[in-house]
Amino acid sequence: MPQEDARVTKSNLPRLELHIPEPPSRPDTEVSFAHVNRGEAGAVRRPDIAEHESNMRDLPYELIRVLDDDDRAVGPWDPKLAPETLIKGLRAMVLTRAFDDRLFRAHRQGKTSFYMKSTGEEAISAAQSMALDKGDMFFPTYRAMAWLHARNYPLTTLCNQIFSNAEDPLAGKQLPILHSAREYDFYSISGNLGVRFVHAVGWAMASAYKNDTKISLAYVGDGTTAEGDFHEAMTFAAAYRAPTILCVTNNQYAISSFAGFAAPERLPFAAKALAYGFPGIKVDGNDFLAVWGATQWAAERARTNNGPTLIEFYTYRAEGHSTSDDPSAYRPKDEAKHWPLGDPVERLKDHLIALGAWDEERHAALEAELKEKVKIAVKEAEAIGTLGQSKPPIEEMFEDVFAEKDWRLKEQLRELKRRRAGDSAAGEGA
Amino acid sequence: MTETKRMNMIQALNSALDVKMGQDEDVLVFGEDVGYFGGVFRVTEGLQAKHGLKRCFDAPLTEGGIIGSAIGMAAYGLKPVPEIQFADYILPAYDQLVSEAARLRYRSNGEFSAPVTVRTPYGGGIFGGQTHSQSPEAIFAHVTGLKTVIPSNPYDAKGLLIASIECEDPVIFLEPKRLYNGPFYGRPDEELKTWANSGLATADVPVGHYEVPLGRASLVREGSEVTVLAYGTMVHVAEAGIADAGVDAELIDLRSIVPLDIDAITASVRKTGRCVILHEASRFGGFGGELSALVQERCFDYLRAPIERVAGYDMPYPHAFEWDYFPGPIRLAEAIKAAVEYR
Repeated sequence: MPQEDARVTKSNLPRLELHIPEPPSRPDTEVSFAHVNRGEAGAVRRPDIAEHESNMRDLPYELIRVLDDDDRAVGPWDPKLAPETLIKGLRAMVLTRAFDDRLFRAHRQGKTSFYMKSTGEEAISAAQSMALDKGDMFFPTYRAMAWLHARNYPLTTLCNQIFSNAEDPLAGKQLPILHSAREYDFYSISGNLGVRFVHAVGWAMASAYKNDTKISLAYVGDGTTAEGDFHEAMTFAAAYRAPTILCVTNNQYAISSFAGFAAPERLPFAAKALAYGFPGIKVDGNDFLAVWGATQWAAERARTNNGPTLIEFYTYRAEGHSTSDDPSAYRPKDEAKHWPLGDPVERLKDHLIALGAWDEERHAALEAELKEKVKIAVKEAEAIGTLGQSKPPIEEMFEDVFAEKDWRLKEQLRELKRRRAGDSAAGEGA
Repeated sequence: MTETKRMNMIQALNSALDVKMGQDEDVLVFGEDVGYFGGVFRVTEGLQAKHGLKRCFDAPLTEGGIIGSAIGMAAYGLKPVPEIQFADYILPAYDQLVSEAARLRYRSNGEFSAPVTVRTPYGGGIFGGQTHSQSPEAIFAHVTGLKTVIPSNPYDAKGLLIASIECEDPVIFLEPKRLYNGPFYGRPDEELKTWANSGLATADVPVGHYEVPLGRASLVREGSEVTVLAYGTMVHVAEAGIADAGVDAELIDLRSIVPLDIDAITASVRKTGRCVILHEASRFGGFGGELSALVQERCFDYLRAPIERVAGYDMPYPHAFEWDYFPGPIRLAEAIKAAVEYR
């Protein structure tokens, strides 16, 4: 089109360029975390819970940390927990890791169709599970299983769900690890990202409406903040001052896409709260004590009608997205080792050792004990059956579509049973 | 003797909300403009003043937020009755309705559920153009786990809304806004009547609590030659079309799309041997396709003519061509005659 070319070349305007964000490193480049500003442990102030939001607008740009490089707990966000509490937290994290390792292998052995680890992020849901009260409702993502491990959810039951066997608490209806555990204040997980962030706000509004004392807690990952539901939840939380703690677990990656697609690299996700008019804080997600201290602060705000808080947990997804993902295809293989905030399990362990409440021998014994515990649970679940080897009764498939089955479901169940009866008769004949 | 009052559909719906809010403090009402102002169609008028700011309140302009938060409230144990201002604007909440409200009970194996009643005005015949006229029932009928309810008169509107609020499943409650003030027979040149002066018994509405059960159709007119299946505004259009055709037709108002009263439908078609389906929504992939398939499967040996579907054309709802698009009594009468005169 010579005519159009002529029109463009005549123009004196600069040519536009489309910007596509790129991560700091790729499989063929050096690892670079130069953009991560750790700040100083203990350096960030802890405002009064009733402080007006307008006086806290500097907070999202600082990183709240409690554990310093000498493994000591420092600063105003230190929740000052007893060593026994810290050991309980450590136990939940080590258990989560042992469970993840064992069940990831179970997938490789064909015992389940799918699995997702939370390696590197165990401190977040472990500390929050312990810091919140029974009755507060957690709206988790699929990378928050330390909540259940911290509350001693039966391991065999977890395995039964992952194997979709006859004892699966969700009766074979749901993908592995999309658990639901009402008794443990753990809301039903779904595959759709972000939607439950809004449910948490509605749940908190309901609690306030009933003059209850319970609060809600919800996660989205960094990638999911781009969903409209994030905006909807933030808008509702702000308008009705819902007693909720909304959290972004920023592990730097959404499958293969780095966090720069959801927010510009220099802008903390926590700062998004400022636009909605409630406080946002950015917290070292690999620091068990900082997670606990920040959660306690946000919970006190919520419980005293001071409204919602957004917490960004700054962390790193140390392993692949799922069993279907190979991260070495899009980021350096050894990137996790270079993460400037280290490993949450190691850091809590080192802190306990510095306190004189723990040692390497006890830690090795704990790892061995929990590994064995997981092994026994997996064996128990395997005895019931792994994927395809054992199933809940077929009637279950038709239950809970509605509170009561309508005529369609009754007819379809009859039809399926007839076919199954026919199949087995034919099988016997052959 | 139950005390009754002449009510239009707006008053009947308002009365249903008032009765339920009075009985159960877990029932709360919210949505865009529903609080202080009382709703753009006045359905929630006076509820905030009577029951309090926290029982009936305004919401930010976000349909996904309205339905998403209602699901959270329901999971806590409340009985929220959110409003979506027009059914045309329910789509931003479609993910919440389909992926969450409809599936929550199933995927949690009964641990959590979302008994939310979503009220939303739907349907055309009001010069609403593309985004104030749509009839989206088919996109909800296809979603397992949702119930879809559509009243056609004030009595049913109140009874069905009360039943929906009391139902343990999520309900999409579609209100034919064309019928809010009076019946409409699909003849735009005819003088309009209000419900009060319509002469119809269905405008006599009990002032207290009563239910019209979900899943039960109503027999509007008994007949022997052909069965006409309709719901919402089209029930009245069907009456006009049947009169025009001069045929002894049986008219069934489905009232709920899901659960569907399959027994009422099959019994009628087996008796008449003919079936004409009427809806405002566009034809292809419309709920009429499902009705036609069910009738064909269950009444094959009784059918004496092909099943006819009269529906909106397969296009966005047009503005200037409203009465060409709207499936009025003339088109229905033609279909009825075609069915009766077949062979």
